[in-house]
Amino acid sequence: MRFFEDIEVGQRRELGSFTFTADLIKKFAAQFDPQRFHLDEEAGRKSLFGGLAASGWHVGSVCMKLLVADGQCQAAEAAARGEKVAIWGPSPGFRELRWIKPVLAGDTISYASEVESLRLSDSRPEWGILQARNTGTNQGGEQVFSLLATAFVPRRNSHP
Amino acid sequence: MTLCFEDFSPGHFGSFGPRRVTREEMLAFAAEFDPQPMHLDEAAAKRSMLKGLSGSGWHLCSIMMRMMFDGYLGRTASLGSPGVNELRWLAPLRPDDELTLDIDVVEARVSRSRPETGIVTFKGVVRNAGGQVLCEMVSPILVQRRAGVTAEQAG
Repeated sequence: MRFFEDIEVGQRRELGSFTFTADLIKKFAAQFDPQRFHLDEEAGRKSLFGGLAASGWHVGSVCMKLLVADGQCQAAEAAARGEKVAIWGPSPGFRELRWIKPVLAGDTISYASEVESLRLSDSRPEWGILQARNTGTNQGGEQVFSLLATAFVPRRNSHP
Repeated sequence: MTLCFEDFSPGHFGSFGPRRVTREEMLAFAAEFDPQPMHLDEAAAKRSMLKGLSGSGWHLCSIMMRMMFDGYLGRTASLGSPGVNELRWLAPLRPDDELTLDIDVVEARVSRSRPETGIVTFKGVVRNAGGQVLCEMVSPILVQRRAGVTAEQAG
């Protein structure tokens, strides 16, 4: 993970991709979102989605999974160079989440994150606040998911 | 009876729960989707801004979705949601929290592009047993209109 001072508006990270198999879609849905179009192929075909569709919360949770994996990758690279590793803080939330198109069984979604804004926290001077547009794009090149996420990012000289 | 667009009007809609969240399920979700030390490791979590083990915000969202399903969406003619206008994580989810969900209807209107469909915008607020707000969300859901209502208007 990078420190606040290492980040610039417009920086983009490709986070990798994830294939939503029918089994994974149904497993998540059975636990958290058992609407029929997320559990049953036939019900999915008859729905607005046109097929067995992943829960939007599954699509968002996988974005988080790939963001964390990318951060761990960057942390390992920094550690290998002998640099201090930044540990990011929690997120106060997000805005403008759009489930633009359904994620159907078998779709492979490639995620990316692009920095939209950076500012210092007023109440916590040892932290900066980053806004990033996180997106998911399917194998056909169509954007299916987008959100504007916020996170606390540590400042380089404020953390041991 | 299945709930349709006509069953949702602005104002408080209902309170749902409680739903207890165990440490085991918090750790399992974090291991799969959000393996940050603050969600997995007690010692690292104590040093974090949240000062103790906390659940992933995406887990909290997913639990809120399940509480919405169990509370009313499971018997609603829902066609899915186009997104979330805003979601705020205001306080950490802790092991063994008992969650309650309050749902308000913020707006209910007929879709311009699909007159057989309504758009109901909900505000959901999740609180712990102490009444502390953990999470607030505003999100629209597409809901079918009751059969006959659209036919009458079309006729």
